[in-house]
Amino acid sequence: MAGADGDDSLYPIAVLIDELRNEDVQLRLNSIKKLSTIALALGVERTRTELLPFLTDTIYDEDEVLLALAEQLGNFTMLVGGPEYVHCLLPPLESLATVEETVVRDKAVESLRKISHEHSPVDLEVHFEPLVKRLASGDWFTSRTSACGLFSVCYPRVSSTVKAEIRQHFRNLCSDDTPMVRRAAASKLGEFAKVLELEYVKSDIISLFTALASDEQDSVRLLAVEACVSIATLLPQEDLETLVMPTLRQAAEDKSWRVRYMVADKFSELQKAVGPEITKNDLVPAFQNLLKDCEAEVRAAAANKVKEFCENLPEDSRETIIMTHILPCVKELVSDTNQHVKSALASVIMGLSTILGKDNTIEHLLPLFLAQLKDECPEVRLNIISNLDCVNEVIGIRQLSQSLLPAIVELAEDAKWRVRLAIIEYMPLLAGQLGVEFFDEKLNSLCMAWLVDHVYAIREAATCNLTKLVEKFGAEWAQNTIVPKVLGMANDPNYLHRMTTLFCINALSEACGQEITTKHMLPVVLKMSNDQVANVRFNVAKSLQKIGPVLDSNCLQTEVKPVLEKLAADQDIDVKYFAQEAISVLALA
Amino acid sequence: METPTKLPPSSPSSPTTGFSVPSAEKVDGFPRRSMRRARQRRSHSSSQFRYQSSQVELTPLPLLKDAPVAELHDLFCKKLQQCCVLFDFLDCVADLKGKEIKRAALNELVESVATSRGVLIEPLYPEAIKMISVNIFRTLPPSENPDFDPEEDEPTLEASWPHLQLVYEFFLRFLESPDFQPSMAKRYVDQKFVLQLLELFDSEDPREREYLKTILHRVYGKLLGLRAYIRKQINNIFLRFIYETEHFNGVAELLEILGSIINGFALPLKSEHKQFLVRVLIPLHTAKSLSIFHAQLAYCVVQFMEKDATVTEYIIRGLLKYWPKTCTQKEVMFLGEIEEILDVIEPSQFIRVQEPLFKQIAACISSPHFQVAERALYFWNNEYILSLIEENCQVILPLVFGTLYRVSKEHWNQTIVSLIYNVLKTFMEMNSKLFDDLTASYKVEKQKELKRERERAELWRSLEEQQERRLQSLGEASRNQKNLQEREKNSKNEPENSAANAT
Repeated sequence: MAGADGDDSLYPIAVLIDELRNEDVQLRLNSIKKLSTIALALGVERTRTELLPFLTDTIYDEDEVLLALAEQLGNFTMLVGGPEYVHCLLPPLESLATVEETVVRDKAVESLRKISHEHSPVDLEVHFEPLVKRLASGDWFTSRTSACGLFSVCYPRVSSTVKAEIRQHFRNLCSDDTPMVRRAAASKLGEFAKVLELEYVKSDIISLFTALASDEQDSVRLLAVEACVSIATLLPQEDLETLVMPTLRQAAEDKSWRVRYMVADKFSELQKAVGPEITKNDLVPAFQNLLKDCEAEVRAAAANKVKEFCENLPEDSRETIIMTHILPCVKELVSDTNQHVKSALASVIMGLSTILGKDNTIEHLLPLFLAQLKDECPEVRLNIISNLDCVNEVIGIRQLSQSLLPAIVELAEDAKWRVRLAIIEYMPLLAGQLGVEFFDEKLNSLCMAWLVDHVYAIREAATCNLTKLVEKFGAEWAQNTIVPKVLGMANDPNYLHRMTTLFCINALSEACGQEITTKHMLPVVLKMSNDQVANVRFNVAKSLQKIGPVLDSNCLQTEVKPVLEKLAADQDIDVKYFAQEAISVLALA
Repeated sequence: METPTKLPPSSPSSPTTGFSVPSAEKVDGFPRRSMRRARQRRSHSSSQFRYQSSQVELTPLPLLKDAPVAELHDLFCKKLQQCCVLFDFLDCVADLKGKEIKRAALNELVESVATSRGVLIEPLYPEAIKMISVNIFRTLPPSENPDFDPEEDEPTLEASWPHLQLVYEFFLRFLESPDFQPSMAKRYVDQKFVLQLLELFDSEDPREREYLKTILHRVYGKLLGLRAYIRKQINNIFLRFIYETEHFNGVAELLEILGSIINGFALPLKSEHKQFLVRVLIPLHTAKSLSIFHAQLAYCVVQFMEKDATVTEYIIRGLLKYWPKTCTQKEVMFLGEIEEILDVIEPSQFIRVQEPLFKQIAACISSPHFQVAERALYFWNNEYILSLIEENCQVILPLVFGTLYRVSKEHWNQTIVSLIYNVLKTFMEMNSKLFDDLTASYKVEKQKELKRERERAELWRSLEEQQERRLQSLGEASRNQKNLQEREKNSKNEPENSAANAT
């Protein structure tokens, strides 16, 4: 392909390299980001023989530049002439994989992993695998850390002698002197196990796993928990008890809360990986302990998994296990001293009702829901309310509505606007489940009050909420209950409230349809074009543009057009601008 | 008005994360401070307590000072064993009697080790170290405040401090006792012990870190066999802090110890030590929380330079590499450190780094943040630095002239402008000929720069055009290739099919 354009020589490499060497970091960075352009200009041959050696030699730049370089090189295969030459990219990436900065190193490893697939099996053994070995036996921890991520990509495609070497290198790194390297190895243990033959998983991986899981540093031990999931998935059921379970049991009772946290956090995956029998015998008591852990962090992580854990219990004994083992712990967590624990529980507890069915829910869960609805911490209450749909399916929401209402009202008036915002988001859901009567009677006034909240975000959310309510309850309902109130605000002395009328009209016109819009909303909008506040006037222009498509053309010509033309001659520059925009969008010119 | 009520630090949308601060709250930045303050301070006890299987009832033992000499050691030992019992300090009324007995026993032990001679006999070493280990080694509890800011927030204090302090005090007196025999201690104060001791430096409680600092220093001083190991493990802690977690409460304390260790390094510096400087101390400057330990870090760096001037270039180039891009507060710290370094730099070393250094200083002078510009301009008030600049005026003036000239006309802050005028005046006095030449050529240089920029834009434009063309032709080529392969495949398949049919 070289010479196809005949203008290769236009750009002497020196000019391009100057760009890559510019004193200004930002310019250098820009050039590196466009490295592919440079390579393309040079052609594959000169990219290989001139550009890549230059890049390899000058890897002493700012980390940001190196990061960009590491990323670029991962996509360079075509630019050096295809898979046949892809190994040319290894030297610069090898250097990048040894730098100090973690993000650069990680990116280099990512690129190496990517191009490893483009190597032929022969090249993999001749070029790639030696690189992995060099990194694995590097002096400084950075290169050894990088090596950990490369074993699994070359292992499946090399000969058995090389495979044995790779396993040996991995073993060495698992017992490396520096904890950083052991952490890197531990985090790749699961991935590496997946590409190994089963016999080596049993002979090699298990011993490494056991060693890492009892490392002196908890930061290493907790990574072994992650690997546990993958390893357990690979082994046949009958081996799990002897090979994996002793270590897992030990991790669940580790003296460091970080390790126990990790076990709690991975509990669902672990549960799936070890299967129903072990779950019944081992994981249930372990889970109970985690729910009762002395550290709140661990309890919160476990509380988060309550629903998933129960869901995945074997069906034959699910209910018994939940009722006799899990529920007592859950009951205690409802009155935990730590709010994170309670709110984690509140976010999943409603899910138990589908698992336990109607009677159990009413008898055992309902008191817990009600207790959480009265919790002092707003997040707990919010989490309960946000999951009402689960309960609704099982027992209907009426059971809860008496307690629900005070909770909602209190949240709706919370001093924190974030809390108010959160409860607004659940209004459409609540409205749907409580029904229109209950809504009109108890909640409608709240929705209206939010429209005049002193925080804009709340007013905005309240507007959006109205649209969703109209979609649920229909245009007629809107006309009777909310439109009059919204339009009434057009005469409010506060211009912010007057603008809220406009915003509501913008949001509602489509849902309400042509008739209501033309008959009720449009006159109000048009009247507001005489408002003394410019912000209101230009919002009139914006509103007209927005509701224009809902109106018929006659009305547009006779009523909207004159008003917009008047606004287009307004003395305020913004009013003019938006009026003109509306005229052109509605094609009224 | 937002009232500081009990609002959870995690948002309803992400109930899973007990640790992270939700984005919504980050946006609404104002109420957080007040909320944090309002949050009730709670001291923390560690997870260790639950591991005590059964609670033992303590009974007071006779006083050490009343014991006959023959029974003294035995009693001492019994007291040590008594002090291995741990108490629940979160429940402040639980087992008050037991707590008091242990406190009194610890007090006695401290006093005995500190004042009477001949108490520390060999059989007591393992007992003493066991008592210390049982009490102080524990997994530190999760931080109360996930984004604990040591400069803003009150630290969470260790609840069991009334006992813990006495245990530390005992340990310290034990190490400092004239009877202390390193040869006996080294059997029990081993690598595993030291590693656990170092992990404790992450404690949020400053009182604990203060004790640890002194204790580790004594251990380093008395147990020579552990020195290399201690240094290596500190390295690991720092590297984890820099590249992995960015969180470790005891960096300042560890650096303080290192400051005095560096002071004692033998010359010429071993490569291990140089590596520590280049690969650990310099990258420590990248940490977000630099302000907490910058003084100690800068001290270590300057110590290295005073030991061996040849490391100067590594240091300066390292600092320049990690120069803060956006954080002006850190930039001011860096400038402060550079000044400390320049204060003791050797003129021959100065020449090696002056070019990149003064480019950076020029960049700082043109910073729109006046504190950065001001800090950089203060260099000209330092007599030693001024003398270095004067000696190398030919090199330095051209590097900074353009910036000074431009900023003197543009900077918004009057103080900066007048400081720059002073600097310009100093330069004019140093070398008026060069100054005039540079003034005369300023406009021409500006023009040249603009021209270069235009050329660059032109180069990239044409490169990109070319790329378009190339990509097009490449696309065509690959399409052709694919067609070719398809055709080959088809033609290959045919004979096979016919062969199969034939059999």
